[in-house]
Amino acid sequence: MAKPLHEPGVILDGFRLEEVAHQGGMAAVWRVTRQGMTTPILMKVPRIDEGTDPAAIVSFEMEQMIMPRLTGPHVPKCFAVGDFARQPYIVLERIPGKTLYPRLPELPLPYDEVADIGVKVAQALDDIHRQHVVHLDVKPSNIMFRPSGEAVLLDFGLSHHDQLPDLMQEEFRVPFGTAPYMSPEQLRGIRNDPRSDLFALGVLLYFFSTGVRPFGESETMRGMRRRLWRDPVPPRRIRPDYPPWLQEIVLRCLEIETGYRYPTAAQLAFDLTHRDEVKLTARSERLKRDPFTTVLRRRFNKELTRPPDRSVLAAQLSSSPIIAVAIDLTEGSKATNDALRITAGRILATLPEARLACVNVLKQGRITIDFTLDEHGHNKQIDRLVALKHWAAPIRLDEHRLTAHVLEGVDPAACILDFAQANSIDHILIGARQNSLLRKLLGSVSAKVAAEAQCTVTVVRPHPDSDAERPAADEVIGRAPTD
Amino acid sequence: MLIALLADIHANRQAFEACLAQARDFGAQRYALLGDFVGYGADPDWVVTTAMELVDKGAFAVLGNHDSAIGNPREQMNIEAKIAIEWTRGELGTEQRRFLAGLPLRINDGDRLYVHSDASNPASWHYVTSTVEASRSLAFDPALITFCGHVHRPAIYSMSPTAKMTAFTPITGVAVPLLQGRRWLAVLGSVGQPRDGNPAAAFAMFDTDKREMTYCRVPYDVEQAVAAIRKKGLPRWLADRLLVGQ
Repeated sequence: MAKPLHEPGVILDGFRLEEVAHQGGMAAVWRVTRQGMTTPILMKVPRIDEGTDPAAIVSFEMEQMIMPRLTGPHVPKCFAVGDFARQPYIVLERIPGKTLYPRLPELPLPYDEVADIGVKVAQALDDIHRQHVVHLDVKPSNIMFRPSGEAVLLDFGLSHHDQLPDLMQEEFRVPFGTAPYMSPEQLRGIRNDPRSDLFALGVLLYFFSTGVRPFGESETMRGMRRRLWRDPVPPRRIRPDYPPWLQEIVLRCLEIETGYRYPTAAQLAFDLTHRDEVKLTARSERLKRDPFTTVLRRRFNKELTRPPDRSVLAAQLSSSPIIAVAIDLTEGSKATNDALRITAGRILATLPEARLACVNVLKQGRITIDFTLDEHGHNKQIDRLVALKHWAAPIRLDEHRLTAHVLEGVDPAACILDFAQANSIDHILIGARQNSLLRKLLGSVSAKVAAEAQCTVTVVRPHPDSDAERPAADEVIGRAPTD
Repeated sequence: MLIALLADIHANRQAFEACLAQARDFGAQRYALLGDFVGYGADPDWVVTTAMELVDKGAFAVLGNHDSAIGNPREQMNIEAKIAIEWTRGELGTEQRRFLAGLPLRINDGDRLYVHSDASNPASWHYVTSTVEASRSLAFDPALITFCGHVHRPAIYSMSPTAKMTAFTPITGVAVPLLQGRRWLAVLGSVGQPRDGNPAAAFAMFDTDKREMTYCRVPYDVEQAVAAIRKKGLPRWLADRLLVGQ
């Protein structure tokens, strides 16, 4: 009999097998080393023998296609892929630490800790969604954290890549996933909707904050299918002190129809970050599940079983941006602010799932000590929040599409850039400073934001014939949007 | 090695030139021409002569149904194609006709197969438009990857070791890994007469080292190709359809 290929000391394409780190049903994971390489690495080798579940092989093929194409802090880096013609394997970065799975005995966790976990996982999901991938198996054992704090998603064996052949979909046509976390649409065989990952994260948040799984643990098709029409027990029923903002967020993630969920992971992360700003609806107060009539309507609703459209992922992301508009509240900015409102209004009118974050910077002195109250005893923060909402009122946005933020810092451009980065902002709207003297003294905030932002930036100017002071000729750089 | 794959050129000189230029820029080291050099378009002689030059330099070329119809009036065709073929016969030189008549139906190149249509019976010119037809074609030849044309719409099919089929419409510019361990059939878009609603000329690049297939689209001077067809008095629809890619 041939010597087993996998035993300690064997060298495969330059990687030396050290020890088995994990023996799973579908694959073995080895600790491996390679000369000259200091990053800790793992090799995942699928089990291929008589009677191997064909799904295990196909899911490994999916990982072979997807892992080398993913980048960034939210996935393990992929170093090498061995093909099925010889010896299939994937060599991945080893993330130190543990997954969320060992924390299950500690549940329920404190609300704020659950929300903090939610923010990180939502940011990770946003990142992979933008790389054309829907994970489709979000659960505690597939989530780790880097020492720097970012969530890392593991195991892309059930994932869908929007630009590559979906071998799982084509070959099996039955849902794959982990029963308690699987979204209703996934049960119906839809694999290209990023909101399925938001549902799974909603299940995780519900479970971690209440200690109870919202749809139980049933793994029978019959048991799982109930979630196609039956909504979960509201968390407040389980824990009476459950914060309304968290119930609002969790139940929105768990909406049966995808259209009622958050449109993107970035928007979910945004709400989990800005807890005081979450728009509370009837969801946040509920103590009972949907009435029987609603459940029956869903049960026999043909709309819920229609086939999916192609490329939901890309369309979903591009139609649901978070737009930040930087508003200057000092005297003499009216014309610019009016122009900003018109530009913002145009964008929001065409994208019903976009949301708007109105931002103002409360500038701090570099040396002086700042007081939160002005000379008349008003709270500057609150005054500005009121002013921001007042600016936005004529756009007539639904409240859940609008937030206001007062940032504090020495450098306004840096504050806006940090805010955009931390909240996955897609598009910044900012006015150009019209007053040439101020501009000469202080430099241009919009120029710095436009130059350094990682997203699209539109610099807005009022029409020169408007009642604002005309800018000096040398300051007109052009009225076209800058990115 | 980078192989440029071009199918269904259909005597469209402008589209062929644009694709060849793009393939050269991508660093193509070998060319595979998957049949239907003539028919529909206004420049059959130039296109066949160019193909002959490429073959002289090592390119692979296989026979398409329109090429076969030049020397074989019994090939079944629709009325517009028939009119175009009758006109084309008068346009081609002796050498060009001899070149077309001598083209093989299929060529094996390592673990790759080049063929114009369904490989299970290439002279019958069956279209591969579904997993059933793809599976029939793959069953016939042991090649790991089959490249074909004839359909004028890009598609990639795969067959797993358990003979399960998958179908996929490739996205322009995104490299698709043709994994070892399953067998693949890649249907090319058309250089000279795209029919997927996108008038840009279609071809593809295959990287044999990475085993990655990238479908490409090249905008070209459609108006000039249209004007040439009209000038030659060919059926009007053959010109109009180029504008809409149908």
